[in-house]
Amino acid sequence: MAKIKPRVKVPKKAAAGEIVEIKALISHPMHTGRGKNKKTGKKIPRKIINKFVASFDGQDVFTANFEPAVSANPYIAFPFKASKSGAFTFKWVEDGGAEFTASKKMTVA
Amino acid sequence: MKQTTQFSLISRRHALAMLSAAGAVVLAGVPAYADGAAVAAKIKGLTGGRSVGEGDIELDLPEIAENGNAVKVAFSINSPMTVDNYVKAVHVMADGNPTPDVASFNFTPAMGACSASTRMRLAKTQNIIVLAEMNDGSFKQAQATVKVTIGGCGG
Repeated sequence: MAKIKPRVKVPKKAAAGEIVEIKALISHPMHTGRGKNKKTGKKIPRKIINKFVASFDGQDVFTANFEPAVSANPYIAFPFKASKSGAFTFKWVEDGGAEFTASKKMTVA
Repeated sequence: MKQTTQFSLISRRHALAMLSAAGAVVLAGVPAYADGAAVAAKIKGLTGGRSVGEGDIELDLPEIAENGNAVKVAFSINSPMTVDNYVKAVHVMADGNPTPDVASFNFTPAMGACSASTRMRLAKTQNIIVLAEMNDGSFKQAQATVKVTIGGCGG
């Protein structure tokens, strides 16, 4: 299986009160449980990223719950109001409980 | 003589095309698709039967999606996003996929604005329904149709 790799885009600097856009993507096939292996004809069991959590300085700010209808390599963009410098932590949860994380710092002037 | 050969060739090709078309129809008919009723039941479950308002939700969806494997879905909701007045959750549903759920999002006042963007799979031409839950327990809804040229559902 291809390597599961998260990628996030957070502005390094922001002005206090500014609403910035956070973009996050993870490379993942998002098997719906309906697809078939073309060579063997066997059903590929469901395996998706079912949850994405973004937190800032330890506090959850945004959560997304994904269903199989979300495309492969799930992408998510959302706003955040910059008020102080701190660090974002992003967490993706796969079916079965495996977790993938990434973090990014943002300086607020 | 030549003409007859040509004729039979065409008709054979025609027959083959018809066969494969029939095959495609049978294949597409295998999964049971959600429909408007499934989405309505889902909305009823989420709202507990409370009335759902319209407006204040701006959808960003393509009118026509050439590839159903990755269709952009984005929305923004006009909300002050203060502790007293904010959007708590947004549910995205589709009425023509095997299951009605696409994704749901939980918002907090720390975000300062209410919007999100992601990509979804659409099996066929269908309606996308976005249901927003406010912190005071009220609901708002918006809907749009996306025409899908090639469906994307692991088929």
